[in-house]
Amino acid sequence: MPQYLLSLQQPDGDPPPPEVLDPIMRDLAAVSADMRAAGAWVFTAALHPADTATVLRPDGDDVLVVDGPYAEGKEHVGGFTVVEAPDLDAALEWGRRMARASTLPVEVRPVAGGGV
Amino acid sequence: MPDVEAVFRESYGRAVAILTRLLGDVDAAEEAVQDAFTTAVARWPHDGVPPSPAGWIVTTARNRAIDRLRREAGRDERHRAAALLTVPDEPPEEGAVRDDRLRLLFTCCHPALAPAARVALTLRLVGGLTTAEIAHAFLVPEATMAQRLVRAKGKIRAARIPYRVPHEADLPDRLRGVLAVVALVFTEGHTASSGPGLVRTDLCAEAVRLGRELAELMPDEPEVLGLLALLLLVESRRAARVSATGELVPLAEQDRTRWDAALVAEGQELVRRCLRRGAPGPYQVQAAIQAVHSDPPTDWRQVVALYDLLLALAPSPVVALNRAVAVAEVDGPAAGLALVDALDLPRHHLLPAVRADLLRRLGRDAEAAAAYGAAIALAGNATERAFLERRRAEVSPSGGGSA
Repeated sequence: MPQYLLSLQQPDGDPPPPEVLDPIMRDLAAVSADMRAAGAWVFTAALHPADTATVLRPDGDDVLVVDGPYAEGKEHVGGFTVVEAPDLDAALEWGRRMARASTLPVEVRPVAGGGV
Repeated sequence: MPDVEAVFRESYGRAVAILTRLLGDVDAAEEAVQDAFTTAVARWPHDGVPPSPAGWIVTTARNRAIDRLRREAGRDERHRAAALLTVPDEPPEEGAVRDDRLRLLFTCCHPALAPAARVALTLRLVGGLTTAEIAHAFLVPEATMAQRLVRAKGKIRAARIPYRVPHEADLPDRLRGVLAVVALVFTEGHTASSGPGLVRTDLCAEAVRLGRELAELMPDEPEVLGLLALLLLVESRRAARVSATGELVPLAEQDRTRWDAALVAEGQELVRRCLRRGAPGPYQVQAAIQAVHSDPPTDWRQVVALYDLLLALAPSPVVALNRAVAVAEVDGPAAGLALVDALDLPRHHLLPAVRADLLRRLGRDAEAAAAYGAAIALAGNATERAFLERRRAEVSPSGGGSA
């Protein structure tokens, strides 16, 4: 079964206050539970803020260590889920539910050679 | 003999649709169909045209695909070739072909593809236009268009955009997307957003062909019929819309004997048919407005009422602007101008163009000339610009106009 990466695009900076964040986390947990119940769920990870990232850059024989994140911008991947879905429409449906629950943009990207 | 090119235009889309289902891949389907047409070009002049050219193309394309899979000779390919051989070698039943053609359309117009890619894919795969023709129609280099198509097909394959007619629940939304692609092809053909000529006949004709195909495939969808009616009614006036010297002729000044009476009749009949369903949508209402214009003298009160309905169904500043034009005909240019001045439509030449016309009719020549200037600066089409410049000369003291 093909797999898709659903990544949450999170604005940098402080997280919203608990009265905003708590219901969001609850809604996201509900989507995740539905993914498991449907047998679509493969993997989920929430990430620390992008300013905790470190970038390693090949430089000749050496590898440079640089304070991250890699991509400039005001948003970075804040977490991701991998799902199994028969086609893009099915993956987009999960992504749509994640976007509604999180109130954030979700990027849906096919995993190469995803699933067997 | 019916030349290969005619058969090509006639049956390319159907053949690609059928082969896409058989092969599970748009690219492979195109390749197989192109192989079949290459074979036709070589053989038909000697062997004669087969009794069912379209069926011959599908069968030959299938055989070519099997040959190719065998040559590639991986295990996977052999399995697929074997599976293909079990497909009965008889003309597919018409209902099944219809489903394939619809699937292909919905795949090409999938919302996960960029709008420009949807248009290009639809013209290429469903319409059978060459990459060069599409590139020429949209005034982009052929390499750019080729890359756009490759990228779109790559996404269909990698992301697994399904080859399927959407479920009932998603159908209205997805159908709107398909209709928008056809409408976009027509709009670009009708008033090219850039370039010298006003009309790109090839794109208009292609949009009408797609509209007819859709109406044949989904005869029970009122908006499908509405779109076709709209295209036919606008298309019916094409010959009258540009003068012999290449100048834009406004509707009121058009020579009605140059309208295509058959298209007018067909369009008006379609409008009646779809409105009887009692499920009005934006395309049906736009078609109804064109039907009123096709029955001169225009009943402007009815046009205003229809724009009221359109504004409720699909509110947009452009619709509001068109409504203001109709109001000006009923209640006078001052009433129209008041509505126009309340609108916000930045960077669009139509707003200053309409303002200019209303100011001209109110005798406020200096303001009209300034508004024509603003419209000219924003208009991308040379024929439209020439029309606006002519009008500006008429209201400018040095222009010596007699309007």
